[in-house]
Amino acid sequence: MSRRALARAAAVLVAVTCSPQLPAEDGYQRQRAAMVEAIAADVVATSEYLGQSALDARVLAAMATVPRHEFVPPLLLPAAYANRPLPIGHGQTISQPYIVALMTDLLGLERPGKVFELGTGSGYQAAVLAQLGHEVYTLEIIEPLGEAARSRLARLGYDRVHARVADGYYGWSEAAPFDAIVVTAAASHVPPPLLAQLKPGGRMVIPVGGRFTTQQLVLIEKDEVGELTTRQMLPVMFVPLTGQHD
Amino acid sequence: MTEGAWPRPRPPLFAIALLSAAMLSYELLLMRLFSIIQWHHFAYMIISLALLGYGVSGTFITLFGAALQRRFPEAFIANIGLFAVTSWWAFMLAQALPFNPEELLWHWGQLGVAVAIYLLLAVPFFFAANGIVLALARYQAELPRVYGWDLLGAGLGGLAVVALLFVVPPSRALELIGLAAVLAGMVGLWELGLRSVAAWLLLALAGLIFMALPPGVSRLTISPYKSLSQTLQTKGTVVELQRSSPLGLLTVVASPEIPFRHAPGFSLMGQGEPPEQLGLFLDGDAMAAINGATGESERLEFLTRSTAALPYRLRPIEKVLLVGLDGDADVLRARHFDTADIQAVELNPQVVALLKDDYARYTGGLLRGPDVTVHVGDARGFMAATDQQFDLIQYPTRGGFGSAVAGLYTLNEDFLFTAEAIGLAFERLRPGGYLAFNLWAKVPPRDTLKLLATVRAALEEQGVRSPQRSVILLRSWQTTALLVKRGAFASAELDALRAFNRENGFDLAYYPGITSAEVNRRSVLAEPSYYLGATALLGPRAVEFSKAYKFMIEPATDQRPYFFNFFKWRTLPEIWRARDRGGMALLEAGYPVVIGTLAQAVLASLLLILLPLRVVRRAARRTDAPRLWPTFVAVGSLGFGFMFVEIIFIQRLTLLLSHPLYAVTTALTSFLVFAGAGSLLAHRLLKRHAARRLLAVVVPLLLIAGLLALLAAEGLVTAAAGWGMLMKVTIAALLIAPLACLMGMPFPTMLSALDAAALPWAWAVNGCASVVGAVLATLLAVHVGAVAVVLLALALYWLAGFAFTGHPLLRSRAGVA
Repeated sequence: MSRRALARAAAVLVAVTCSPQLPAEDGYQRQRAAMVEAIAADVVATSEYLGQSALDARVLAAMATVPRHEFVPPLLLPAAYANRPLPIGHGQTISQPYIVALMTDLLGLERPGKVFELGTGSGYQAAVLAQLGHEVYTLEIIEPLGEAARSRLARLGYDRVHARVADGYYGWSEAAPFDAIVVTAAASHVPPPLLAQLKPGGRMVIPVGGRFTTQQLVLIEKDEVGELTTRQMLPVMFVPLTGQHD
Repeated sequence: MTEGAWPRPRPPLFAIALLSAAMLSYELLLMRLFSIIQWHHFAYMIISLALLGYGVSGTFITLFGAALQRRFPEAFIANIGLFAVTSWWAFMLAQALPFNPEELLWHWGQLGVAVAIYLLLAVPFFFAANGIVLALARYQAELPRVYGWDLLGAGLGGLAVVALLFVVPPSRALELIGLAAVLAGMVGLWELGLRSVAAWLLLALAGLIFMALPPGVSRLTISPYKSLSQTLQTKGTVVELQRSSPLGLLTVVASPEIPFRHAPGFSLMGQGEPPEQLGLFLDGDAMAAINGATGESERLEFLTRSTAALPYRLRPIEKVLLVGLDGDADVLRARHFDTADIQAVELNPQVVALLKDDYARYTGGLLRGPDVTVHVGDARGFMAATDQQFDLIQYPTRGGFGSAVAGLYTLNEDFLFTAEAIGLAFERLRPGGYLAFNLWAKVPPRDTLKLLATVRAALEEQGVRSPQRSVILLRSWQTTALLVKRGAFASAELDALRAFNRENGFDLAYYPGITSAEVNRRSVLAEPSYYLGATALLGPRAVEFSKAYKFMIEPATDQRPYFFNFFKWRTLPEIWRARDRGGMALLEAGYPVVIGTLAQAVLASLLLILLPLRVVRRAARRTDAPRLWPTFVAVGSLGFGFMFVEIIFIQRLTLLLSHPLYAVTTALTSFLVFAGAGSLLAHRLLKRHAARRLLAVVVPLLLIAGLLALLAAEGLVTAAAGWGMLMKVTIAALLIAPLACLMGMPFPTMLSALDAAALPWAWAVNGCASVVGAVLATLLAVHVGAVAVVLLALALYWLAGFAFTGHPLLRSRAGVA
């Protein structure tokens, strides 16, 4: 319990100290702080499984800064900072904040780098990555969604995000190689060109599951000689085997 | 509508039969429509609740029946007309509501949308039922006769809608059912001798509107979360072709600007891009690919570097049987590996025609080659009938991500993935042949382990002493491949397995002689759960392991053919606590949804039907409370009993007739038509015998017929495996006939003997029991098995008979001839 309380306190501190002062948005800022607190609590609850009791403070700070309410449809504004996925039209969703934070953390980027995102959606994930100082290249295949995200990101001043509507299979060769790749668009397999555009030592994260229920997070790591290893993890503490087994 | 004459003594039997036919057609059509626009499972929930409209009607007639009976002809025709109009409108409005089942557990507002949909859908059932209850009450002296025509009409309606769906798309069928209801109204006008110009004109106008609706007005709005909707959002996609039948809606989509590259399970070490493809969707979901002909073998790398290619890499395959056409990838793979004799069994003839004829040029005549034979039919039936043996029997990839998350298959019977079915397939292998299963990998593992447990049960049944020597389990981050050999794996095969694994960066999860050092290396899980599960399930502690596991992984059998049900109650609290941090995906939603449906049905029954009746009874002072209980028990038991028997026979017939559609049609039509005949027979017998005396004979006979039908059904499944479909359907109908005939007698006999004021209420209770019974039957079958549910149903019939014999609400004529 004490660990949970500590994590909550840390999250609130991060939220308060790292967020820009936006007097007109006090209400949203408070909601963001509460959202970050909820994320931190979830991480503590799943710490044994994730192998860490807290996410990178910079990731939480970014989550506490990016105005999520700008990325959700007007009708859903009251739920913008609820820790749940929300529909954004065209059969797509803005992911649950907890999952966005986990995925961003899993990329393991120590310093600003280049990140490719397949599946812009609302642009929220790209904004969080840009908030962390990364140069983000993001593609979307649904034209209205991609165009809306591009203008939204420009309006909000995320100059580090480069957004296009295009076929994502071949990645973004002009900007490759990338330090990290996020694949949020549904795909039957990982396109080989994307793996080729991942730097040695780079990481790729793929959430797998339904639009509203992330079944697992798949982390693909490319070592220095280009060998690929995947790690599949549940974003939840759950051990199916209850007894002792050989 | 005021110029009418009083009804002639003869009841409007044709109108009643037509109305019932239209209503049952509508119910079945809604299942089809909701399977397309939503997902099957939630369609079931919504429609079963919508049927409560039937029960509500009983309440309504109790309240206002007297007034309506004074103007019976007008009321009867008006309700038919309202059914005609609302059947179309209710569906069109319901599909316009933004219902998203995946959001249900996140956002309770979705529950409100679900409630709104089923209230909307209840409206047409309410009007149709009003018409029938009014007629039953009006002609109570001839009630079994009226009820008999009602059932006959319903039975034939079930048959008609299936036939109709082979000819017209479901959206057009919706309009035609409205038209059929209009026709029922007109026939009713004629039968009742009602000379109301206004009524004729209104019905004619409604009919003309249905006939003149321009194409596209009844267009289906498919959920934006289904893969077809999502695909069509992509720039440049076009629907090339659409085919519809009761087996499903097939859609072929081309995407020239952003091509399809469907290659599930493709190794991360693969390089080649798949060939040009078309997307093939079933009911707007479950995408498969039609691969364009290509002369470049590197474009087929996705077929050779996936876990599904494993058997071909262990030894040459001369003769393969493909279970279903999952697009054309499996055929293409077999040909790529030089298999001389490729046979496939596909249930849906439209899929075969599409690949073999419509897209023959596109696929380079793949399915027309001399090496390929496609059989239209069910794979299990084919394997039971054939004496051929194969080097490889390959199953298509099962349990896609989306459906796995939603738990949509949970309570679907699957007679291909049972110990008996796998044992049968094993018998069709040549010595040294393989059964190959490819599944999506889930974390933590569920279906792969359940399949392993089922395979072990099948092998032991086949007399294989050491199943652990005949199994290989390989996995990628995305898929698992389970290979079962007829015989023990040789060292050369295991060498080939290791080489294949190394080349593609897969992970070994089990093979005879595997060590823990070899597992969980390339696709790393928090713990090597596939390896641990496989070794435990193939070892001496399999039963303990299954019991301790938090998901249901006990073998699926023909008695409990619910392969995709992994739900365990004791795991629910843990998953529920973690719901906000990813735990939702672990919830196998299908089972809880059925529980929710049951709870809602019970609640709605109590609120909508029973509570208002208390008020009515107090006001009317016609009867006092205790007297209602025997009626409640008797007609309620009949409602439960009828549905229990019907649902379980649908399930057993699915095994016999190899497809739910044929099973539902045969069972529903047979039960309703023969029950209708039973009701007509009861009408004749009641002229000479007292109701009690009649039931004293009918109920014991029913119990005997039920037991015999159950025994015969179990035996028939094995005996009739090789028979033709027509023969099977005929035998199934004959099997049901005596039981259904007897089942059709007690309810109208009881109703005819009731006080007229209690009749609509009894109808309501029976309607509610039927709705709750339909849901409960499936749940009970999961836990206690099909046979036990039928035995319970027979016990309920006995209880109904027992309650009836001491019935205080019986009019005096119940006891006399």
